[in-house]
Amino acid sequence: VRSCVEPQIEEDYQAVNVDLQTDATLQVDISDALSERDKVKFTVHTKSTLPNFKQNEFSVVRQHEEFIWLHDSFVENEEYAGYIIPPAPPRPDFDASREKLQKLGEGEGSMTKEEFTKMKQELEAEYLAIFKKTVAMHEVFLCRVAAHPVLRKDMNFHVFLEYNQDLSVRGKNKREKMEDFFKNVVKSADGVLVAGVKDVDDFFEHEKTFLLEYHNRVKDASSKSDRMIRSHKSAADDINRIASTLYTLGTQDSTDVCKFFLKVSELFEKTRKIEARVAADEDLKLADLLKYYLRESQAAKDLLYRRGRALVDYENANKALDKARAKNKDVLQAETSQQVCCQKFEKISESAKQELIDFKTRRVAAFRKNLVELAELELKHAKGNLQLLQSCVGVLKGDT
Amino acid sequence: MTFEEYSCRKQRGTGRGGRPCRNQWDTRGGMFMKEPIGYSVREAFLQMQECPQAGTPRIVGCSCTLLFEPMATSSERSPPPFPEDLEPEPDEVGDQDSDDGEDIFLGADNPLEIKMDHSLPASDIASSTKPLSEASSAPVMDILSEPASEAFSAPMMNLLMEPASETSSAPMVDLLMEPASETSSAPMMNLFMEPASEASSGPMVDLLMDPASDDLKEPPKPDINPLADIINDAPLSEVKTPVAAMTQEPPSDLFDDEPSELFAEPRQSNTAKQQQTSIFDEPDEDLFSEPLGEALKKPQNDVFKEALAPVAKASNVCGPLSDNYNEDPTDIFTEEAITTLPSAVSTVSVNSKTNGVHSDEEEPDIFAEATVELSLDSPRNDRKKKEAAKPSASASAPSVSASASKPQPKTLEELDEEIEDKFELNISITNPEKVGDGMNAYMAYKVSTQTTLPMFRSKTFTVRRRFSDFLGLYEKLSDKHTLNGYIVPPPPEKSIMGMTKVKVGKEDNSSAEFVERRRAALERYLQRVVFHPSLLQDPDVREFLERDDMPRAHNTQALSGAGFLKMINRATDSLSKMTIKMNESDVWFEEKLQEVEAEDQQLRKLHIMVDSLVGHRKELSVNTGGFAKSVAMLGSSEDNTALSRALSQLAEVEDKMEQLHQEQAASDSFCFAELLADYIRLLGSVRASFDQRMKTWQRWQDAQNMLQKKRETEAKLLWANKPDKLQQAKDDITEWEAKVTQYERDFDRVSATVRKEVLRFEKEKARDFKKQIIKYLESLLQSQQQLIKYWEAFLPEAKAIA
Repeated sequence: VRSCVEPQIEEDYQAVNVDLQTDATLQVDISDALSERDKVKFTVHTKSTLPNFKQNEFSVVRQHEEFIWLHDSFVENEEYAGYIIPPAPPRPDFDASREKLQKLGEGEGSMTKEEFTKMKQELEAEYLAIFKKTVAMHEVFLCRVAAHPVLRKDMNFHVFLEYNQDLSVRGKNKREKMEDFFKNVVKSADGVLVAGVKDVDDFFEHEKTFLLEYHNRVKDASSKSDRMIRSHKSAADDINRIASTLYTLGTQDSTDVCKFFLKVSELFEKTRKIEARVAADEDLKLADLLKYYLRESQAAKDLLYRRGRALVDYENANKALDKARAKNKDVLQAETSQQVCCQKFEKISESAKQELIDFKTRRVAAFRKNLVELAELELKHAKGNLQLLQSCVGVLKGDT
Repeated sequence: MTFEEYSCRKQRGTGRGGRPCRNQWDTRGGMFMKEPIGYSVREAFLQMQECPQAGTPRIVGCSCTLLFEPMATSSERSPPPFPEDLEPEPDEVGDQDSDDGEDIFLGADNPLEIKMDHSLPASDIASSTKPLSEASSAPVMDILSEPASEAFSAPMMNLLMEPASETSSAPMVDLLMEPASETSSAPMMNLFMEPASEASSGPMVDLLMDPASDDLKEPPKPDINPLADIINDAPLSEVKTPVAAMTQEPPSDLFDDEPSELFAEPRQSNTAKQQQTSIFDEPDEDLFSEPLGEALKKPQNDVFKEALAPVAKASNVCGPLSDNYNEDPTDIFTEEAITTLPSAVSTVSVNSKTNGVHSDEEEPDIFAEATVELSLDSPRNDRKKKEAAKPSASASAPSVSASASKPQPKTLEELDEEIEDKFELNISITNPEKVGDGMNAYMAYKVSTQTTLPMFRSKTFTVRRRFSDFLGLYEKLSDKHTLNGYIVPPPPEKSIMGMTKVKVGKEDNSSAEFVERRRAALERYLQRVVFHPSLLQDPDVREFLERDDMPRAHNTQALSGAGFLKMINRATDSLSKMTIKMNESDVWFEEKLQEVEAEDQQLRKLHIMVDSLVGHRKELSVNTGGFAKSVAMLGSSEDNTALSRALSQLAEVEDKMEQLHQEQAASDSFCFAELLADYIRLLGSVRASFDQRMKTWQRWQDAQNMLQKKRETEAKLLWANKPDKLQQAKDDITEWEAKVTQYERDFDRVSATVRKEVLRFEKEKARDFKKQIIKYLESLLQSQQQLIKYWEAFLPEAKAIA
């Protein structure tokens, strides 16, 4: 099954708006995306007045791996230790959708033409939804970077935006993946250790406890919302199937009750579309928001970890300096090291404070926007549904 | 089962197996319908042989050949359900040839010659005489038997029962307007508006003119077939007398012809006269003596007698009777005109089908039920008449009256009850209560009845019943009524799982839901039972509703859960196997069965899906609840006050949604899934009734095969000239002929019942589905309204986040 969809990215599909200050000096968006067999090609479109770009407006084609590369380069850059690195977009996952489409193709013979068409449309719609979501998440990442006062000036980022050739980044090989894994294990073990250290700064102490709790809860909420939406979708699917069975029942002959079935089928067909939209919108406005903040809070936690690490390093350096002084041995070296650690810690603390305040502002704004939109959409759908039901019940009652 | 029905059955029983049948066969009185054809066929055959001076052996040879020859004719002439159409007839001929006809054939050449003479013109018009004789004789029979018992007493009794009630007479006119419009509305109206109106005499003349004029073409027949025609003509002449009074010409012809023909052959007419008297007495006797003494039949008898009398006097003074009498014959004659054409048989059956369906569709009002019953009756009776009109149904007079009188009082009941039912019998099941402890515990339900029906002792009464009592009731009803082709509503299935939970005493949601679901299902079951006019009359139903100390039902285990389903499946399997064997005569049944099967399949599919929806909705409810808690937690940890507040508001909204989804799941389940489950079970019963029809058909076919064998034996004996064993063979034949007739009647009766039941079922189904689905949609509507309320309350909170 060649599943090549070329969607025009809709304006309203900016799923997680993280409320970035709009800055005309650098505007990045994904103008187009193309799904091929196992990869998605994003057309990254940039508009900028910054002097280090050759042109004011340009587009390049980028793949998911290149986004990851960009993200990793930020993470690995010591310079950015004091910033919340925008979370990397999740890997596009069309496997489930593709599989379903493939299965559908295999089962083509076993169902009626209407059923097949309907199923195909549904799967395509599902595919398209995932696709759009993927694109939106990649775009959000770029926008976040572009809006960041420091990261926007990053050379790698500029290369990413401007270099119109393949960046020839490759995916991590097995060894690197293993290394990453161990690094993560060490990091999380260290994180627990670091987190146990009482912070001298009340602000950071508070942020630490908050983020630890918040992250866990947003994680929980995210998975719960996923589950909720999944069952909502299943219910919508059931209504869909009920509608088609009612249709079959209704077409058996042309008695009164069959006409009745047809009408009810028609109604269900419409309501299930609405139900599916409700589920999709909840997914978009609620689940995606939570998912984004799951990653963003993780990024913030990482920042705190880095700061905590720096603090521990600083304290260790202090201890080492004290020891060196006591022993009067390698004092200079210890002093230098203490100085370095102190500077690093202070630098991180300085930017981290602002970053965390920004994070909160962004979060509140994003939640506000999404929750308002969610409520509005829920209302819109419920009203549409109500209207459908009312008119249908009216018609049916008139008939009987 | 009602008193009336019992009596009907009794009557039928005697009519079927008892004296009347034997009489018919002995005297060959029952053969009058058939013989014209038999003779014409034989005539044609003889003509073919071209042996006017044929000696004895020749004739014997002829009659022997005839044994088989008409059979071939029958197979091409008539559809499978009536394959014996002509079968008895050659036997008759053979019989006659060997027994009564011995004198004629062996002893004297004269009559034979006469026969041959007449055979020439007769065979010339053989094709035309056939339908004519049928047309003329059948209507008479029908007039004598059917209208009297059927169309008559229905309106009559209504009138008698509710003579001055405005409310009931209004619908009654409506009701009867329907069928009337199909034939002739004028006499109908008269019946109700002006019993003794003169306008009705017009149609009457027309009506009677038809058969009379038909008959005029028959003169040669009395000679050819003295026995049959005398019988044909004799009742006819009675009918024609009034015609004579009104219209001079045709009767005079008739009277000119008839006697002359009759007396042209003194010898023939002698025997014929003997026959005639006996024949004439016997059908009458059957008609009159049997119903006598039965309270409900009495008015019918009176009606019958009265109907005959005024007609004979050519006066319709009797008002409603004769008017009605007029009305119905129209039906008969017009129908007959079509049906007697041998080729039109299948068309007519289709006709009658469309009739039923047609009237079914048309009726939107409450009284439609009753109307349909009436109009349903007529196609069925038409069918009966049609069958009766066929040569095979020689015993039409007694048999039709017997079988027609059976559905008759029921129609009446239905008219009354369908109307009353809705307003005057309410059953509710409440207060499910656990009785006892441990595994011996059971649920008892309070069954409250509110009624104004006189058949109950009081207006309100309450009994306590346990689940197995309901199953027991079903078994009793099923045993009695399934045999007759009724669709007996099945009770909910036994659920060991659900009940064990209740027994163990888990007071959780699911067991409460189970009890409520079962309560509702039992209530619907009982309502369906009492809504069924025939089942309501059953003493067991009454006992179930009224009796305080119900004897414990036993052996209900067999019906439990899977067992019940298995039973249905088994029935289905055997049904499909048998379908291959059954050469379906009636397209209607074939189509309906297919419809039912397809519908069953779709409903099952739908039920699975609705169940899945219920499951997913419950899951959604649980997950929404989970999400609500998570959001509440998230809100509590959120350090922006406004956002925290909004999140806890969102949690509240989600909490309410959880409730909403739960309620919706319950209504998915109660309004929709349960409805489907009910109808899947009911379709099982519908199939069972089709199955029953099949079985009856099979029995009839088997009897026919047996009869065939007996006849072959007889033929062999005849050929071998073994008179000692011949008598035994003859007795066997008589016995099996009676059985065939009886089984055929059974089949017709079951077919008619099944047809009626299926139509009734469909009507009820349509009503149920509409009612329940609208109710379901309203529940959906309500949840959407709630949803709007919740989100509208939330929106300002979301906007307040700063």
